[in-house]
Amino acid sequence: MNKQGRPTGVGELGEAGRKTFTGNRGLAQEELLIFERDSGACGVDLDEPDAFEDRLGGNRRKNSIGLPGLSEPDVMRHYVRLSQKNYAIDAGLYPLGSCTMKHNPRLNEKIARLPGFADVHPLQPTKTAQGALELIELVAHWLKVLTGMPAVAMSPKAGAHGELCGMMAIHAALEARGEGKTRTRVLVPESAHGTNPATAALLGYTVDSIPATKDGRVDVEAFKAKLGPDVAAIMLTNPNTCGLFEKDIKEIADALHDVGGYFYCDGANFNAIVGRVRPGDLGVDAMHINLHKTFSTPHGGGGPGAGPVVLSEALAPFAPLPWVIERNGRLKFADVAEQVEEVGGSTFGRMTAFHGQMGMFVRAAAYMLSHGSDGLRQAAEDAVLSANYVLASLKDTMSAPFEGPCMHEALFDDAFLKDTGVETLDFAKAMIDEGYHPMTMYFPLVVHGAMLVEPTESESKASLDLFIATLADLAESAKRGETDRFAGAPYLAPMRRLDETQAARKPVLTWSPPAPAQAAE
Amino acid sequence: MRYLPLTEPDRQAMLARIGAGSIDDLFVDVPDEARRGGLVDLPTRQGELEVERLLGAMAAKNTPAGSVPFFVGGGAYKHHVPATVDHLIQRSEFLTAYTPYQPEISQGTLQYLFEFQTQVAMLTGMDVANASMYDGSTACGEAVLMAHRVTRKKKAVLSGSLHPHYRAVVENLSEFAGYEVDPGAPVLDGTEDIIARIDDETSCVVVQNPDFFGNVRDLRAIADAAHAKKALLIVAFTEVVSLGMVTPPGEMGADIVVGEGQSIGNALNFGGPYVGLFAAKQKYVRQMPGRLCGETVDAEGKRGFVLTLSTREQHIRREKATSNICTNSGLCCLAFTIHMSLLGEEGFGRLARINHANAVKLADQLEDVGGVEIVTPTFFNEFTIRTPKNARDLIDEMADKGVLAGVRVSRLWPGEDSLDDLVAVASTEVNTEADRAAFVAVLKEVLS
Repeated sequence: MNKQGRPTGVGELGEAGRKTFTGNRGLAQEELLIFERDSGACGVDLDEPDAFEDRLGGNRRKNSIGLPGLSEPDVMRHYVRLSQKNYAIDAGLYPLGSCTMKHNPRLNEKIARLPGFADVHPLQPTKTAQGALELIELVAHWLKVLTGMPAVAMSPKAGAHGELCGMMAIHAALEARGEGKTRTRVLVPESAHGTNPATAALLGYTVDSIPATKDGRVDVEAFKAKLGPDVAAIMLTNPNTCGLFEKDIKEIADALHDVGGYFYCDGANFNAIVGRVRPGDLGVDAMHINLHKTFSTPHGGGGPGAGPVVLSEALAPFAPLPWVIERNGRLKFADVAEQVEEVGGSTFGRMTAFHGQMGMFVRAAAYMLSHGSDGLRQAAEDAVLSANYVLASLKDTMSAPFEGPCMHEALFDDAFLKDTGVETLDFAKAMIDEGYHPMTMYFPLVVHGAMLVEPTESESKASLDLFIATLADLAESAKRGETDRFAGAPYLAPMRRLDETQAARKPVLTWSPPAPAQAAE
Repeated sequence: MRYLPLTEPDRQAMLARIGAGSIDDLFVDVPDEARRGGLVDLPTRQGELEVERLLGAMAAKNTPAGSVPFFVGGGAYKHHVPATVDHLIQRSEFLTAYTPYQPEISQGTLQYLFEFQTQVAMLTGMDVANASMYDGSTACGEAVLMAHRVTRKKKAVLSGSLHPHYRAVVENLSEFAGYEVDPGAPVLDGTEDIIARIDDETSCVVVQNPDFFGNVRDLRAIADAAHAKKALLIVAFTEVVSLGMVTPPGEMGADIVVGEGQSIGNALNFGGPYVGLFAAKQKYVRQMPGRLCGETVDAEGKRGFVLTLSTREQHIRREKATSNICTNSGLCCLAFTIHMSLLGEEGFGRLARINHANAVKLADQLEDVGGVEIVTPTFFNEFTIRTPKNARDLIDEMADKGVLAGVRVSRLWPGEDSLDDLVAVASTEVNTEADRAAFVAVLKEVLS
């Protein structure tokens, strides 16, 4: 009898206990490593060249590499199956605070792939790449206007690389003032991203931590007590990593400038204020902009990003190579110090081989033009509105450490989980079973069991309402003592909880072929 | 605005739940003098069609590599990327995922990172590799810092034929971090005496192979000399395809290997994004910068992958981290790993042989042009020619005649007059017989 389309019962074993021959569960298919799928096939058509004498001077590879061989269909299937084991912003809400997971317009991707951008070589004659240089100038112009800063260094490859760039510019400016050796201390608030202290330390600075106040901001009195003639800079994030605007920012900048230090602003959260606040008006000397966050490049499993750095008048002359300059109506690169000196600069050198993340510049330009100045402002407002909506809706069910409105991210702590036997980590893993990527956990460090939620501007109200209801349900469930829901979570993900301790204790970082089987006795 | 899902009634309802009268009330912490009342002086929103037209017109002003006979290299190379690569990396689940901090729902990213690490270790002949860096030049800078950490010595000795931009990145980073660099003068014949510059203060020796001019060499003597002084050998490369034919650095005694992975899977992109490759001996793994992915098991004993050894990284170790790197080039490393999987052992070897064969053919043809000299006796897919004409004029005039001939060496070594007549010429699998004929014909024309 044809039972097509009719509902059937779960059967004797039940869903969970049902075993399959392959280990697959319907569409959730197991996938071996590419090395274990080696079939000796080849996934490209390339003809062997005619016999010729090599010119490798006797340095020809003798041993095989060990790469697996697969046909094109097998490679396709391998990576499609892998992709299906990933959560992604296109699949659902990704409330990672401080990471800004928002919609990635595909128009940006389309334009970045135009041969006139994607297929241009960094060292081809600049007269054959005038459009590419124009695009760099377009993005530079927007960044300068939006931040109210006079100059921008485009070459840094990512946010942390931008931090390095900004701090190098500060160091170079101090050197030029004859204070390179005497200003040795960099002030970094407790709540800063780990990249801030790491960057300062990389440049040989002593990192001096500034405590936070009870309301989640820089303790201005403690900050002032640390000021002195040996302070090179402060590295401060604004809006900060607690999701709050540093109210005393002008006072901090002024006091720092009074003792001759420079203000480095971590611009990771610029997306909260773009179009509404210009960092140049706050006394900032250098700030990196995560183009991928504020102006939307897909995060691609962790990168690539781009981290241009806007610079104040004081630091502008020290921007890294190359500079884009105009000569006889044509744009070109100033690649060396002498060319930069001709236009009044004194660069601190080169940060990367070529001139930055062109692919990200194109995406940023497409995003900037699509939104326009009005749309960017609206996006910032919606991001802030969404975060405050989440905060206001959950602050009585969960617990919020700070009073008042937040910026684009809502911070909760684990006070509401006290004595429930459920920890932040378990709570987060239970969110996976509900179909959500967990929020940022345990950061910022200034809050116990921190949970930082950044919904961004790209969630609809219905999406936010469901998210809020889900978190409220989880919180109530924890408070009711339903620890089973949390302790072993996730139960429904492609994998159960992974053993990170074992991975770190006995690191296995590459695949090795199985040991050859023992010869038969 | 099509990217923003909230409607005006939504916004009002949300403000009401918050208890705020208007959006301005949410910006209450911003000092009045820092608030912008209106819009900044930039254009307002535009539709998809308008943006496509505007940026399309900008793109049309450039000459794409694929549209002309193209021989420009010098650290970035024009290769053919199979269509499958771009299709796969554009899958939403790869493209729009974040760093795999939640391994249970990030196995796709984690598994490809593990596969990437394995491929890079295999290619370079090293024990371990990290999960991608920004690009080859910054990976080179990080390798030098790592060598200082390992040896606790302060001076890096660079080969004079290391890519000048790599040298500049290393010098810049070292100077700020308080280390010394002995950069070496440009030497184009590949026989420079690096060994004489190694002393007890040397933390590492950085050699590029094939080098900037194209020379391929045996590094074993340099490795032995470095190791005798307890220094590390860092081998850099800008053309990863060379590893399909050239003895891998690991077999020549390298301790750290860094390189540019753009050639496999990634477009030229006018300089970025690219993907840095970084591999090392097992004993140095805890001093490596960047991300690492490791194998483990889940609660049911199933094999899975996680980010590991993160106690080296900035988000845990802060000012004591091995580097400040946070973002990597994950998607570019995915493109690399897919392209490499499509090639496999057979395809990768053949790709290398085609590249080398095409370069040999081109060199032979150029040598027959009166006055042109090939100054690099060994090479893989890029070699250097000396021409009777100033290289700037030569490349300029050839570009006007529709051939992008190569890199003027003095563009990267300004002020070195002896290099004014040198051009680095790269040839890959995309260069056809017709491309080579065009090169020769146009070269003859501008030299006549």
